[in-house]
Amino acid sequence: MSAEALVIHDLVYRWPRQRAACLDIPGLSVATGERVFLHGPSGSGKSSLLGVLGGVALPERGRVTLFGAAITALGGRARDAFRADHIGFIFQQFNLLPWLSACDNVLLPCTFSARRKRRAGDPVAEAARLLSALDLARELWHQPAGELSVGQQQRVAAARALIGRPELLIADEPTSALDAPRQQAFIDLLLGEAGAAGATLLFVSHDARLAAHFDRVLALTEINRAADGSAA
Amino acid sequence: MKAILVLALKSAWARRLTLGITLAAIALAAALLLAVERVRQDARASFTQSISGVDLVLGARTGSVQLILYAVFHSGSASNNIRWESYQAIAQNPAVAWSVPLVLGDSHRGFPVIGTSPAYFERVRYADRKPLAFAAGRPFAGDADAVFEAVIGSEVARQLGHRVGDRLLIAHGSGELGPEHADKPFVVVGVLAATGTPTDRSVHVSLPAMTAIHLDWAGGAPLPGLQIPAGLVRKFDLQPKEITAALIGLHNRASVFSLQRQINAFAGEALLAVLPGVALDELWQTLVVVEQILFALCALVVLVGLAGLTATMLASLDQRRRELAILRALGAGPREIFCMLLIEGLLVTSLGVLVGCVLLAATIAAAAPLVQAHFGVVLGARPPSANEIVLLAAILLTGLVASLVPGWRAWRMSLADGLTPRH
Repeated sequence: MSAEALVIHDLVYRWPRQRAACLDIPGLSVATGERVFLHGPSGSGKSSLLGVLGGVALPERGRVTLFGAAITALGGRARDAFRADHIGFIFQQFNLLPWLSACDNVLLPCTFSARRKRRAGDPVAEAARLLSALDLARELWHQPAGELSVGQQQRVAAARALIGRPELLIADEPTSALDAPRQQAFIDLLLGEAGAAGATLLFVSHDARLAAHFDRVLALTEINRAADGSAA
Repeated sequence: MKAILVLALKSAWARRLTLGITLAAIALAAALLLAVERVRQDARASFTQSISGVDLVLGARTGSVQLILYAVFHSGSASNNIRWESYQAIAQNPAVAWSVPLVLGDSHRGFPVIGTSPAYFERVRYADRKPLAFAAGRPFAGDADAVFEAVIGSEVARQLGHRVGDRLLIAHGSGELGPEHADKPFVVVGVLAATGTPTDRSVHVSLPAMTAIHLDWAGGAPLPGLQIPAGLVRKFDLQPKEITAALIGLHNRASVFSLQRQINAFAGEALLAVLPGVALDELWQTLVVVEQILFALCALVVLVGLAGLTATMLASLDQRRRELAILRALGAGPREIFCMLLIEGLLVTSLGVLVGCVLLAATIAAAAPLVQAHFGVVLGARPPSANEIVLLAAILLTGLVASLVPGWRAWRMSLADGLTPRH
């Protein structure tokens, strides 16, 4: 496996039917195992970048390479499969399918990716291990996810992103729905588990105060030439 | 794909209330459509099998539908009678195995009275050649010693409360208000079992009885000054001079057309012979438009039900944008999202159709006796016919088409939203 987790080369992305590009990134590279804090205010092209990295959006120009695979050269189904196999996502909130139990939510990636199922070993035992490590009380595991508190839901979402040890974790504002004391606790848990799994972590937030403890801090406004600060 | 199937089922279960209501609407619509189809088939079967085992119906020359109407359904009246001699000539034709004469025109409290021979109860069949059965009593004797005996159909017995041993009067003409043959009461000697045919609504008496009650009548009214007491009628010749119609059975069905030609060309009198099956079909055809309108209405109800499915699923999509984005993040492609919606639509449609079938079967089981009693239509519990299976398949197919719309929209949505749905 390549020492570079993520390489972006000359990337230009434009929303459909819009004249101005919203992403124009000449170059970016992230090393395997690196924990990167990506600081970006809203309008700086954050969700477009995540869409391109996840393979749900295709750039107009340029190349994105994840762990040596040029995902921008893959077809739609191959990009979907690559995302399932190699990337774990945590979103701002409403991460979970509310009608599945916490444990079943954690197990979801194993039903979409044979690779992650294999890497999880015994998926149910691994889900239990992750939920324990992320401090979710055992009696909540089999409750519908919709009945958990926001903080509990975010920990379940982290366990789901981690199961089957995907090489890349992408967290998009995962703490913005949490109160301040819980934010740092959640970040500590996430950093700890990502480190234990040897995953590369891309943590995106508009809140620069959370940047401590990360190996590297990037500002999207600096790497994205299309984000001149004037974008709404 | 299996993962998507399981998730589609669980997601649908989480929205079971709204989907359940949609399902109920589809079930009711499907049951209605199937019921109309079932009643249509059974009504047609009941109707066209009102009489079976009879090869020809004989009457005076008239329209074939009109002949069937009065000879089989005892409705309307014959414009002309047949002379007894003409009837005898045809009954003795070597091709004829048996014949049953019918004299019509009188009634008992609105129910038609049929003068006939005792052979009527052996020869007249209905449905799939089922013979008439007696719920109580016996056929009338038909001889001069026991003239005033009557056998009533099940519906007559039920509505008028007549039982074996009861007395009844016969009125002249078919109305409720005709003058009665009050001096010659009949005794009910038999009650027929229900058949779902016009027999249920008939009173049967012997030919001599028919002649006897008219001995002292002329031109539709009692002859003034002449009254022949019931006890004396056997002194008279009770052989009828005319009959209204006759049912004819042949030795060999192959000779039916040649006999029909002979009868229609009968020299002595203008006669008509019709094949009852053909004439009944012809009569049914006049009702087909009603049947088709009813069917079209029910098909519309099904379409409304399925449009409800489309609307429900489209409405739920807005609330499910997050759910679809999460599935996308987990690796589901737009194709899987599309399939998920199709699975949901097909699930609701097929469960709806299934529930509709069960509903129909239960309703038929509960309502069959009532329907037969009131409308004379025999509804049976049976596996779906080929027609019904085609209908079920058509509903499922339409359900699939109905879920294509939300499926396509979810596809578009998941492509546009990617991982971050906008609200």
